[in-house]
Amino acid sequence: MAFITANWNPLGEAFYRKVELYEMSWVLRDGLRDSLVAAAPYGGPIAVMKESQCLSPSVRPQLDIYTASGVTMATFPWKSGPVVQLGWSVSEELLCVQQDGTVLIYDLTGAFLRHFSMGQEVVQSHVSEAKIFHSPYGTGVAIVTGSSRFTLATNIDDLKLRRLPEVPGLQGAPSCWAVLNQDRQTKVLLANGPELYLLDNTCCTSVVLPGGSPLDGVFVHIAVSFSYKYLALFTDTGHLWTGLANLQDKLSEVDTKIRSPPKQMVWCRRPQTQQPSVVVLWERLLLVVAVGGDTVQYPLDEACVCVGELDGVRLLSPSRHELLQEVPLVCEDIFKIASMGPGALLLEAHKEYQKSSQKADEYLREIKEQGMLGDAVRQCVEAAGHEQHTHTQKALLRAASFGKCFLTNLSPEAFVSVCRDLRVLNAVRDPSIGIPLTHTQYKQMTVQVLIDRLVYRRLYPLAIEVCRYLKTPEYQGVSRILRHWACSKVQQKGESDEVMVRCISGRLADSPGISYSHIASKAYDSGRTELAIKLLDYEARSGEQVPLLLKMRRSQLALSKAIESGDTDLVYTVVSYVKNEMNRGDFFMTLRNQPVALSLYRQFCKLQEQETLKDLYNQDDDHQELANYYVSASYREKRLEARLSVLQSAVDEYNKAKNEFSSKATEEEMRLLRFQRKLDDEKGAGLLGLSLQATMEALLASGLQKQADHLYRDFRVSDKRYWWLKLKSLAEKEEWEELEKFSKSKKSPVGYLPFVEVCMKKSNKYEAKKYVTKVTPEQRVRAHLTIEDVEGAADAAIERRSEAEIGTVISHCSSSSSSSQRLLLDKLQRALTTANRK
Amino acid sequence: MSHSPGNSLSGPVRRGPGHQTLIHGVKVSTSTLIPPSYPGLRRLLDGGQVAGCSEYKLSASDADYRVLCSIRLQPASRGKMAAHLTNGRVNLNILREAARKELREFLDKCAGSKAIVWDEYLTGPFGLIAQYSLLKEHEVEKMFTLKGGRLPPADVKNIIFFVRPRLELMDIIAENVFSDKSNSRDYHILFVPRRSMLCEQRLKEQGVLGSFTNIDEYILDLIPYDGDLLSMESEGAFRECYLENDQTTLYHTAKGLMTLQALYGTIPQIYGKGDCARHVANMMLRMKREFAGSQNQILPVFDTLLLLDRNVDLLTPLATQLTYEGLIDEIYGITNGYVKLPPEKFAQKKQGEGSKDLPTEPKKLQLNSAEELYAEIRDKNFNAVGAALSKKAKIISAAFEERHNAKTVGEIKQFVSQLPHMQAARSSLANHTSIAELIKDLTTSEAFFDNLTVEQEFMTGVDTDKVNTYIEDCISQKDPLIKVLRLMCMQSVCNNGLKQKVLDFYKREILQTYGYEHMLTLNNLEKTGLLKLQTNSRNNYPTIRKTLKLWMEDANEQTPNDISYVYSGYAPLSVRLTQVLARPGWRSIEEVLKMLPGPHFEERQQLPAGLHKKRQQGENRTTLVFFLGGVTYAEITALRFLSQMEDSGMEYIIATTKLINGSSWIKSLMDHPETQIP
Repeated sequence: MAFITANWNPLGEAFYRKVELYEMSWVLRDGLRDSLVAAAPYGGPIAVMKESQCLSPSVRPQLDIYTASGVTMATFPWKSGPVVQLGWSVSEELLCVQQDGTVLIYDLTGAFLRHFSMGQEVVQSHVSEAKIFHSPYGTGVAIVTGSSRFTLATNIDDLKLRRLPEVPGLQGAPSCWAVLNQDRQTKVLLANGPELYLLDNTCCTSVVLPGGSPLDGVFVHIAVSFSYKYLALFTDTGHLWTGLANLQDKLSEVDTKIRSPPKQMVWCRRPQTQQPSVVVLWERLLLVVAVGGDTVQYPLDEACVCVGELDGVRLLSPSRHELLQEVPLVCEDIFKIASMGPGALLLEAHKEYQKSSQKADEYLREIKEQGMLGDAVRQCVEAAGHEQHTHTQKALLRAASFGKCFLTNLSPEAFVSVCRDLRVLNAVRDPSIGIPLTHTQYKQMTVQVLIDRLVYRRLYPLAIEVCRYLKTPEYQGVSRILRHWACSKVQQKGESDEVMVRCISGRLADSPGISYSHIASKAYDSGRTELAIKLLDYEARSGEQVPLLLKMRRSQLALSKAIESGDTDLVYTVVSYVKNEMNRGDFFMTLRNQPVALSLYRQFCKLQEQETLKDLYNQDDDHQELANYYVSASYREKRLEARLSVLQSAVDEYNKAKNEFSSKATEEEMRLLRFQRKLDDEKGAGLLGLSLQATMEALLASGLQKQADHLYRDFRVSDKRYWWLKLKSLAEKEEWEELEKFSKSKKSPVGYLPFVEVCMKKSNKYEAKKYVTKVTPEQRVRAHLTIEDVEGAADAAIERRSEAEIGTVISHCSSSSSSSQRLLLDKLQRALTTANRK
Repeated sequence: MSHSPGNSLSGPVRRGPGHQTLIHGVKVSTSTLIPPSYPGLRRLLDGGQVAGCSEYKLSASDADYRVLCSIRLQPASRGKMAAHLTNGRVNLNILREAARKELREFLDKCAGSKAIVWDEYLTGPFGLIAQYSLLKEHEVEKMFTLKGGRLPPADVKNIIFFVRPRLELMDIIAENVFSDKSNSRDYHILFVPRRSMLCEQRLKEQGVLGSFTNIDEYILDLIPYDGDLLSMESEGAFRECYLENDQTTLYHTAKGLMTLQALYGTIPQIYGKGDCARHVANMMLRMKREFAGSQNQILPVFDTLLLLDRNVDLLTPLATQLTYEGLIDEIYGITNGYVKLPPEKFAQKKQGEGSKDLPTEPKKLQLNSAEELYAEIRDKNFNAVGAALSKKAKIISAAFEERHNAKTVGEIKQFVSQLPHMQAARSSLANHTSIAELIKDLTTSEAFFDNLTVEQEFMTGVDTDKVNTYIEDCISQKDPLIKVLRLMCMQSVCNNGLKQKVLDFYKREILQTYGYEHMLTLNNLEKTGLLKLQTNSRNNYPTIRKTLKLWMEDANEQTPNDISYVYSGYAPLSVRLTQVLARPGWRSIEEVLKMLPGPHFEERQQLPAGLHKKRQQGENRTTLVFFLGGVTYAEITALRFLSQMEDSGMEYIIATTKLINGSSWIKSLMDHPETQIP
């Protein structure tokens, strides 16, 4: 196994190794010298562009985008202004910071996405240096201008420019600077010669490095670790200071004895690191300086670029792509020469086993005696994850699998998941894909994001393959990929709408959770409105179609889709949109064709815009509703004349609607109102607003008999009702004589029972009795009972031989127990039996 | 959820914290694709008792999934259980707990002390979900009623408006917010049951939209009302659907049914009758298609859903209910499960105290199946209640007599342990005896009897085509207009419309007696079909009555053998339809169905493989009957009776937009233009 450790170098207590990732397949004419190079972390893409000052002004530089293995993804001539800095956002968009402060954003394929500016003043003063950084808020851009002012944008997707305060005494560019992230705040640490300043939103503070400052030199380079936790500063005296980024603690200070300013300086750490280090790059030398002070030197034969990673540093040269990292502890345990770690023994045991040697048994026994077999398996599994080469991975996994056979209660989970992870990792590490992720990085970034990245690269088949292999739920996996595929598909030119729709719907047909409206909106964005509309037809959720249709100004269609969704709020939304968009006539016409929307809008108007309601009915020639509208409107009028004129409109409309009854009734109402007003004026009767019945009641009560009679005739009040009214009023006033006279005036249309009742209401039994005899036989029992004459009731009931009536009387007399009552009861019972028999 | 068009594929999405974090420069998305919002999802996550959680990963975003996991570790329901919801065949408490959980989560979102400003209409329905104690636990210190002007002073960090999405309420909120001078406060709005773009637009126009920290929705569609009863408590549902052609409530109904299905499984069979039923079913089927892929993996609890339009059966609510519960509602009105009664009968008579200080506040009682006695007598015909009460009285006093027999310490101890239960039973008995007395005073009155006689004449088809003298007298006597309208509508319904002469006569009498403003009300009644002009077509009510056996001569009120006991002879049409559907099926009554308004239909919803119920021999099927536009207590009683019938083989759960009776129903259709004349 010696060859595995061949590229290991001891550094302090740990080992560092440099692993080759790829032989670069790119062809660079002048290497990486004099070029702007930006490589995204997590094995991301690389952008290369010749620095503009190295070219004659007439030549347009070329911008090339490569995968980490050097395969060209895009290449195009740069047509905009001079670029100061290139960088990648978290979602792998390329940011190009121009001298004039404009930041142009491109996607992986070189398609222009958008741009923004770092502020007006920059146009004059020019960007002298820019840095692209990542914070918890997203991707940020920091620039320093020719007039030594810093401007920050912490999140390019939610752009808020912050101009930082002036740095006292700073003329021209600072000697070096870096962006820090502390306590959810983004700050700039800068050096002006030997002075250090910390810039935040509000102030500029001068800072001193902790642990004294024996560095009498000028700071020439600053490096912040990947996690923003550590800081390294390099002075022109060759000293390297390392410490915490909060500037509270110092780790160490090392004299490198190299005084020329480095080209690049990057932290090299890994989670659970044993020996963190700083990688310092010069033209011809790569120096790894451990915090402890040890160093490793790698001479270089071509210009290199370092890319900081979560768990190491990638070295990019024109011919090779390498990964420099601290050897993980498990790997060290297994592969270190003469290691007796359980993993190492297990690996050895398996090797012997394959050779059919009995030594396998010896090794196994040794591990088992120490009770370390579980650990051994775990070590092998974990180490396999950290290895780049498939044969090493296989050897380790086979050893783990071999060891597992001798264990009964080991959970296979870790083994299975590492196998799966490696399968995915090996697939994406393939030079044709070119994403050299380590296992640690992969775990940090999650499968979701990896799939996103495959999709950004339009590696749809691979992405789908990965999802299927990992059994990612369709919603989060395959459907999502297909949707993105469709989105990029609709942006392609050339194919006709029909072909496109057929192609997309064919592919997406049975995938759940596809949002066609999203795809359609992409199609619309790229100017294919017709295609968008066709695609929207496939959207199952009508509600989702509406916003886009409105955006495309297909309000009619939006309205019908909103109605289809059943969501009335959505209908309202479209209606209010359409209302603002169209002139009134068209708007009403549109509504007319959509009854559901129309009735909703009517509701809206009823509560909010009464006047519009009238117009609506007018438009539809809905006379009936219009009349009703006037009727209810009449009650809102304060003046009688106004009210009458509104009512007259109602009458007219009722007539047009051929609603004779209502028109007459309304006319009646007007007549009544006029009558009331007249009488109110004459006698101050306070009648206005009363109903006809109440008016007559009031008239009778105040003795205006004639007027009441007039109303009775004029309004053709039914006799019954008027009689009731009159006799009640007479009884109320206890005008018994009048009542008697009235009863004899003609045959009562309500019968005579009411007379009995009104008298009794005033407890006048004497008067009541007068009418009992006049009551019809059917009601006589009730009349007797009303005047509490049980015997009379009994007689009447028996006479009528009515079972029910006899029963009623019985129920009335059962309460008392006098002898006469008992007699009566007997009599009734007898009658009841006869009636029954009959 | 957000309608955010973005996703991580086309650039990072801006969402609330927690959905997306950036670690060491790489975006670690918890979920890069938020699936379409699934209405039941939140409920479902919170329900805790749903089976097969893993399937929900399909629709749950990662973040939500974590919530799902953590919730499943906790007991499903903590705090006070609602006993009345768990004793039915379907445990409706799951729904209530889900709603409570959501409420707690919203309250916790607004950190610090809070005051709630209530849209008054919502307090009743919320009472069915959570008591004040729950709110208090979550730092709700004050509660106000929403009204214009300034907010009452309150020393709280948060002001939360609980409102329906209504424009007029938005104006009031804007006024409140504007006049509130303290600027250290956070404002929140919780829309019930759904947030509305229209309202947010209005808030924006008023210039206060930016003042709100949280604008959220509280999806409260179907509220568990009792062990077998769900109500949306949507007062204006019938008016909206049948008068104003506003389908908002129907949309909420469909959404509510989707939530229900998310918790209780897809309902395989849907039947329906009526236009609204058709509309709801269509929306449900469409919503199901929209969420294809987020398959529901719960064993269905309901076998059938029956959607019934109220206008299929306009007659039943018009008739006076004659069950105990029905009469309480007719006379005193039950709102949100509570009834207010005149206090006189409930005076606490303590020794030594005279009856001087009679309580003046109405007595408020909660009525549901948690009360053992009430559960026993609520569904009886009122004529059978007296006997039941006296039987109960005997049992209780016998139980109290037991104390004399208790000799040993053990026996006494046992007696004492039962004492609280017995005392509760005794006070419950006292209450219901008082209520029964109150009702009896009324039902034995002449007026009640006359009214009932006329109703029964109409229902049996006696002289329905002439002017009815009783109605005429009622008008002359200026009886309450609602009573008159109720009778008039009933006559019209039982006669398939009134002749022009009869109709005009009634209308004239009403306008002259009660005022011309009632023209609008009469108009409304005509629009909804409650009143109508008889056209040339034949009066088909007798056919319907005969085919469906709507009138049973010998209704047995004491030991009923048919649903007709709930109206002492009349069997509610809606319930007959339900009964026939179960056996022998609607095919047998095609003719009658055609006479009733609206289409009738049947739909099937495909169940995922493996969820088909293997029915045990003799196991009952469960039907959810949904009354669109309201249901009466008597109809519920009739359905309960069917559930209990030994050979029915069917259990019914009832859902509705609102519990109604004839009076509240007619009232909801009345227009009251307010006169401005001084």
